[in-house]
Amino acid sequence: MSESPLPLRVLIVDDEAPARDRMRDLLSDCGKELPLSLVGEAAGARAALDLLGRSAADVVLLDIRMPEMDGIELAQHLLKLEPPPAVVFTTAYDAYAIKAFEVHAVDYLLKPIRLARLKEALARVREAAPPGLETLREMQRAPRTHLSAQERGKVHLIPIEEVVYLKAELKYVTVRTPKREFLIEESLLRLEEEYAERFVRVHRNCLVARAAIRGFERDTVEEGETHWVVLLDGISDRIAVSRRQQHVVREISRG
Amino acid sequence: MARSINQNAYSSALPNFRNLGILFRILVAVNVFAAAAALVKAGDARMLWEELLEISAVVQPLLIASLLALVVLNDILRRLPYAFGLAAVFALEMTLTAVLYGAGKSFHAAEFAALPRYWVLVALATAVLLFYFHLRGRALSPALSEARLQALQARIRPHFLFNSINAVLSLIRQDPRRAEAALEDMADLFRVFMADNRELAPLAREVELCRQYLELEQLRLGERLKVEWHVEKMPSDALIPPLVLQPLLENAVYHGIEPRVEPGVVSINIYRARDQVHAVLRNPYQQQGGHHAGNKMALANIRERLQLHFDAEASLTAKVGAQEYQVHIVIPYVKEARA
Repeated sequence: MSESPLPLRVLIVDDEAPARDRMRDLLSDCGKELPLSLVGEAAGARAALDLLGRSAADVVLLDIRMPEMDGIELAQHLLKLEPPPAVVFTTAYDAYAIKAFEVHAVDYLLKPIRLARLKEALARVREAAPPGLETLREMQRAPRTHLSAQERGKVHLIPIEEVVYLKAELKYVTVRTPKREFLIEESLLRLEEEYAERFVRVHRNCLVARAAIRGFERDTVEEGETHWVVLLDGISDRIAVSRRQQHVVREISRG
Repeated sequence: MARSINQNAYSSALPNFRNLGILFRILVAVNVFAAAAALVKAGDARMLWEELLEISAVVQPLLIASLLALVVLNDILRRLPYAFGLAAVFALEMTLTAVLYGAGKSFHAAEFAALPRYWVLVALATAVLLFYFHLRGRALSPALSEARLQALQARIRPHFLFNSINAVLSLIRQDPRRAEAALEDMADLFRVFMADNRELAPLAREVELCRQYLELEQLRLGERLKVEWHVEKMPSDALIPPLVLQPLLENAVYHGIEPRVEPGVVSINIYRARDQVHAVLRNPYQQQGGHHAGNKMALANIRERLQLHFDAEASLTAKVGAQEYQVHIVIPYVKEARA
């Protein structure tokens, strides 16, 4: 085995300050045998991604139960980083998650964490591949709270409630919010399944947020042929309703 | 004497005649008997009403007199050994029947049958009711409800236990004194969690327990958890089942505070209104936070325990607002060592 000369760069993500303190203490105890450098600490997903945008980490110690976004979802967004860091989940008690970890052979640490277990997990990290997207998806209990887009090495979080529509274009999906657009590499069909309640399909290539629909209008395209378009809150884009999805107009207009 | 539901341990006991639920049951049962008797006696539908009136004229005075007497004599009757208590209730009913018979006869003599006939009927009704209460007491009695209560109690969230231990561990190096205080709080809490909590305990004690619990949560959550106490007017000596408020606060923290990034307020308002103690707990609430199943179960548990102790006189209502979740508990004001 080749000794790694570079210290392992570690990021702590936990919403509870005492838990972060404890982890820091343990890491400094580990440091005597295992070369480590602490990249930073984050109390939530957004802070974690901000930090990682500035300085890369080899491993993220990730709490599962956190407000706004849980660890399992954050791990999926972390996969967009180049290269994605390894993830070790931490939890005090979460019967459901623990079972899922066992099933998928994902590494996790139980709080209170033992020094020996932490050392073991960190020692394994370099060889182990991060948990795959499919695995994390399967463990996800509810639709993700955010979508994420990678731009110039940084991962942007897009709160799902800000999304007005999702439009498939070639191999990307355009995510439209009132402020701007993002490109993400996901399948529209999958997004439709995940957010069945939030979005409605108005066209083969487009999902529109139900809450953002202001109304429908008849529009004339070439040669006097008319079709419906969706009018949206906050933005002036007009989304065409395809012939096959015309029933949506009736369903939504009726309320 | 501490009041508890396992009073008189496993042996039978007379019901508490001061409990509204018990009185209501007697009232309904006797009237159902009366209606049934009227139905049997009446030849046709027209007669039914007359029969009902006639029977009521005899039954209602006796019923009301009996209830009054039982309420007044409740403590004395219940302090007697069960067999004597039964005998005393029968004697009381026979006497009341005889007295009312005498009084009634002087009004309209003709319509009355012989006294022994009433005695037999009254004795029968009394026996049926006492037997019913005996069975009901059995069903709710420690033998059965002990297991149930224990199951209800053993619901300390492991989530809380392990997170607290972790928080205390983090303090040991930096702030040993706070770590000591936190461990003392934990010891107190777990002493109560593991105690035999079937006996009612003073409200002040439960409030103290809640303070210790929230202290521990504050350790973990810091600024995110804000607590508002409005307990200046609470009757500290009121008796309540232990661990009724604490699990509700645990819910408030778990569902109301932990899923939030911004700080949130948990408020506790306890006061007395006439013969009742009210406790109102509020916490912020967002629609999306799942975990409802756990919450409902905790509420059902507490509701059941309140019912085991106070029957229909206690209530628990939960209200979900747009931004807020509220639980309102009402229990009868019972003091320690009442005569």
